[in-house]
Order: sequence, then C-alpha cells, then structure tokens
Amino acid sequence: MSTKKTAVVCFLVVAVVLLLLYTLVALRIIDEYTSQVLTVAGINVIIALGLNLISGFTGQLALGHAGFMAVGAYTTAALVMKLNVPIFPAMLGGALMAALFGFLIGLPTLRLRGDYLAIVTLGFGEIIRVVMINLPKLTGGPAGLKGIPTFTTNFFWRPVLSFAMVYFTLALVVVFLSNLLKSSHGKAIISIREDEIAANAMGINVFYYKIFAFTLSAFIGGLGGALYAPFFGYLSPNMFNFQKSVEFLIIVVLGGMGNLTGTVLAGIGLTYLQEILRFLKDYRLVIYPVILIIVMIFQPSGVMGLFGNREFSLTAIINKLIGKSPNREKSADKAGEV
Amino acid sequence: MLKVENLDVYYGNIHALHAVSFEVKEGEIVTLIGANGAGKTTTLHAISGLIPIAAGSVRFLDQDLTSLTPHKIVELGLTQVPEGRRIFANLTVKENLEMGAFTRKDRKGVNDDYERIFTRFPRLKERLKQVAGTLSGGEQQMLAIARTLMSRPKLVLMDEPSMGLAPLLVKEIFDIIKEINATGTTILLVEQNAQLALTIADRAYVLETGRVVLQGDAKELANSEEVRKAYLGG
Ligand SMILES: Nc1ncnc2c1ncn2[C@@H]1O[C@H](COP(=O)(O)OP(=O)(O)OP(=O)(O)O)[C@@H](O)[C@H]1O
Ligand SMILES: [Mg+2]
Repeated sequence: MSTKKTAVVCFLVVAVVLLLLYTLVALRIIDEYTSQVLTVAGINVIIALGLNLISGFTGQLALGHAGFMAVGAYTTAALVMKLNVPIFPAMLGGALMAALFGFLIGLPTLRLRGDYLAIVTLGFGEIIRVVMINLPKLTGGPAGLKGIPTFTTNFFWRPVLSFAMVYFTLALVVVFLSNLLKSSHGKAIISIREDEIAANAMGINVFYYKIFAFTLSAFIGGLGGALYAPFFGYLSPNMFNFQKSVEFLIIVVLGGMGNLTGTVLAGIGLTYLQEILRFLKDYRLVIYPVILIIVMIFQPSGVMGLFGNREFSLTAIINKLIGKSPNREKSADKAGEV
Repeated sequence: MLKVENLDVYYGNIHALHAVSFEVKEGEIVTLIGANGAGKTTTLHAISGLIPIAAGSVRFLDQDLTSLTPHKIVELGLTQVPEGRRIFANLTVKENLEMGAFTRKDRKGVNDDYERIFTRFPRLKERLKQVAGTLSGGEQQMLAIARTLMSRPKLVLMDEPSMGLAPLLVKEIFDIIKEINATGTTILLVEQNAQLALTIADRAYVLETGRVVLQGDAKELANSEEVRKAYLGG
C-alpha cells in the first residue's frame, strides 16, 4: 500500500474512532461525568504534549506550563467577553498570547546553558497567578471569572461539543508534533537534548531551535487553556497553581520524556486516577510526588520505556494487518503517526 | 587556510589561553599537542565559535571568524570532531550522519557523500539503523568522524580522536585521518598521544598552560630533546 493510501486509511480510522466516541457521548452511553473527566484528560494531555516538546524532546526543563494555560484561558475569556470576539478566533488569540509569553521568556533565558529556564518558568507561573488575582477588572480577581460563554448553551450538547473540540484539537496536535519530530527540524531539536555542544558543532543553530520549540510549547499550553475556558465557563487563578504545572510534568515523566504515545496514555490515566482518589481530599496531592519518585527510581524512561520507547503507529499496524512486510525504513522509525 | 593570532580566552577569572598564535596551511596535517589542561580543547572551541574570545583573531579562508556563530562557521567549511565523540546516543547511526549534513542544501551531494562514507566506514553501513549509543567505542569514534565529514568540511578540527581506544583501534583511526587528509581535507589534530600525532603530522605546535611554547616540523620536534623528555617519555 502506498504511503498516501496508508495515510488516508489512518485518517479514516482516527475519524471513525473519534466519531464513535462522540456518538457514545452524544447518546449518553458514556455518561456526563465520564465525558467530563475525559475532556479534562484531553486538555491535560494537550498541555503535557506541549511540555514534552520542550522538556522531553529538547531537553530543557520547564516548570510553568500552568502559567501558559492560564494566559491562554484568560486571554480567550477576555477576548470573548470584553471584545465580543467569536470563540474560535478568541481561542487562537489565547494560544498566540501564550506563545508570545513563551517567546519573551525564552529570549533571555535559553541563551544560557543550564537550568535557567526551569527557574524562570517556575517564577513565571507564580507571577501570572498573582497578576491574575490582582487584576479583578479583567479576571474577576481571587473570586474567579464567571459566565464565560461556553461552546453552546444547550444543556444536552454542551458536554458533547466540548468533548469533540478537545479531542479534535488533541488529534491535530499529535499529528502536527509527530510530523514535526520526524522532519529535520525535529531531529535538530532532539539532537540538542542529546548533546548541545555536538549539535552546535554540527552547525545546528541551537538557540534558534530552543526558542522555536519553547514558543511552540507555550502555544500548545495556551491552546489547552483556550479550550478550558469555554469548556468550564469559569476560571479562577488558583486553578493554575504550581501543583498544576507539576501535574503536567508528572504526565510527561510517567509517559516517558520524548514519547508522544506515553504522554497521551499517562495523561488519561493520571486524570482518571485523580478522580478515583478524590475521596482522599488534599492528601491526594501527596500521591503525585510519590508516583514521580517511584517512576524515577524503577522506570526512569517512563511507561513507554517498557516498550523500547517506540511510538504507537497506525501506519505500522495497518501494514501489518494487510500482511505487508513493513519496509525496514518504517519499522525502525521511532516517531509514530496519530 | 587558518590563521590564529594572539588568541586570549578566559573562563571567568581563569586565563585559559595567552596570546596563542598558529597557522594551518591548505592540505596539511597540523597537530597541537600538550598535557592535560594545556588549553587544546579551549583553542578548538574558540575557533569553532563555541566559546567567546577575549582578544586576538581567527581567520579562515580570509574570513574573520571571531564574530561568526558556530553554524555559520560550519557552513564556511570548518567543522570539528568534538572531544569525547559526543555522538547523539539515542539517534540511529543514519540520523547521526544526517545531523552532520544539517547545514547542507545540496541533496545530491549529500547522497554522494553517504556512499563515500559507507566505503570508508563499512562497519557503519552495517549498523545504519542501530541506535548510536549501542556502538562500541571505536565505532562511535568512527561515527563522530563520519558525522563531521558529512558537512563536507575543508578543514577538520579533531579533538583527541585516540582517547580511550585500544592501540589497534587508535592505529585504525589514525590511518583514517591520513586517508581523509590524502583526499584533500586539511586537518588540525589535537592529541595527548604526542608520539603518534607527530608521526602523521606535517607540523606541530606544543601548548603548555595556555601558551605555545614550541613549534616546528613534526619530525624535528619528535627528535628534539625537549619534546622527548616532556611528552614522549624520554
Ligand atoms: N568550562 C570551563 N570553566 C572553567 N575552566 C575551564 C573550563 N573548561 C576548561 N577550563 C580550564 O581551562 C584550562 C584548559 O582546558 P582545556 O579543556 O582546553 O584543556 P585540554 O588541553 O583540552 O586538556 P585535556 O587534554 O585534558 O582535554 C584548564 O585549566 C581547565 O581547567
Ligand atoms: Mg581537551
């Protein structure tokens, strides 16, 4: 089967799966609670994918993705509520604003080697939160911002539409990232993680690619926030605290740094775990660090490390199903499709 | 081809290079020898633009390199094989070679160079899909050299290619260096293994605590009393 045909089949399979899930949600076979949890999980996965790009693939630790999420969410809400911008352009605006913040933070910090980015993003996350608390006109202050227009006001369609929006965006992000990472730009990004000095010595513009990866990472973080605002219809600064940033990092580490498939699995799994452990109240905050420590000790390469750090690839599976011996080029390729 | 004049480099307060001057002419193998911490790696990093220069000048093919970024310097045809190999351990051999050709736009030329590399390093060809971190030390050094050659450099800086290798492998690597030079690539070779470096080099410079203390024809230096005592074990 030609690559083109396989790609079409892949697209169809993904479309059918999404449609099937969508139908299950729409028919309330998946109940409202489950669909809400799945939607939150999807948003968490999107933001964690963004974080994985800079921390897992580029090797630059970032500790403030809740901050980019907040920028994306509040900007979207402000555009819709204050300037009457339609929801989709507003969401794009939210993501772009987060990207701008990423770019401005990256410019002075990524020039330096070492863990400056971790420190500065950590500070950024906290500063954003404090600023949100102290800008009540724009953000509703500590009490939060209520009445953000949701995707639809129809009680029945609201969870269905949110679910569809989030998973459609998630699919786009995964396809985009997996293609990017297979390209020469992606290889340049990965070689920075592998060895910054060697990457530099081979003529890779390390600073440029770090800025590029970090800005894109912030954009994706903002996109997650932009989806969050019209999904919940309510925002409060404390939703975006340091704990939230750590959650994203744990998803990335648990799934495997530099593995997209792992981030998707860990993101959904951890969001569910968090729901199951809700009865523990604040004690569940202890669970995350414990999971992190256990993973670091026993399986530092994350869940996908158990599978040779391979990516899930529909193309490979389809080729196998139709009995085509996958050409060697493909099977050795670690980056996956969808 | 390469002219370094009065190069001064600092790491914070540490004055690592003191007015280092030397020259590499087209087609030569020039070696820079010296003990641990003499400033050999520092010199190569300064030439490649990987660390800032405090004073002095570096000229390559009549271009001033001092204000250029590392990737511009690679594009001009000056690439280094870094100390300790520094291959991309989680990428495949093929991907490592691709990264070596990163600055090049001429697809056809790059493909020709793959073939050339495969004839020179048949062992790498057998291991194209293998993850580079699983190669043996000698294979990794070959990959590091091959990766650098993929940028089609006019001048290659090599930082201690013999480091950590068994004598037989060292000889193999040095044979490869001679071959590369014979096909028209100029080489600046940094070595602690002075004896071996002096046998394949045309000229040599001796670096001691950041200063050039001796220079001359490689054979003459190999026979000189001073060098024998200090670097060749009598
Ligand atoms: N990043 C750094 N920060 C501070 N000092 C450094 C740094 N790198 C090197 N130095 C110092 O500069 C001097 C020269 O080091 P350099 O690495 O150039 O030596 P070398 O000749 O390559 O040694 P070796 O044979 O061990 O590789 C040494 O005294 C070293 O301690
Ligand atoms: Mg050195």
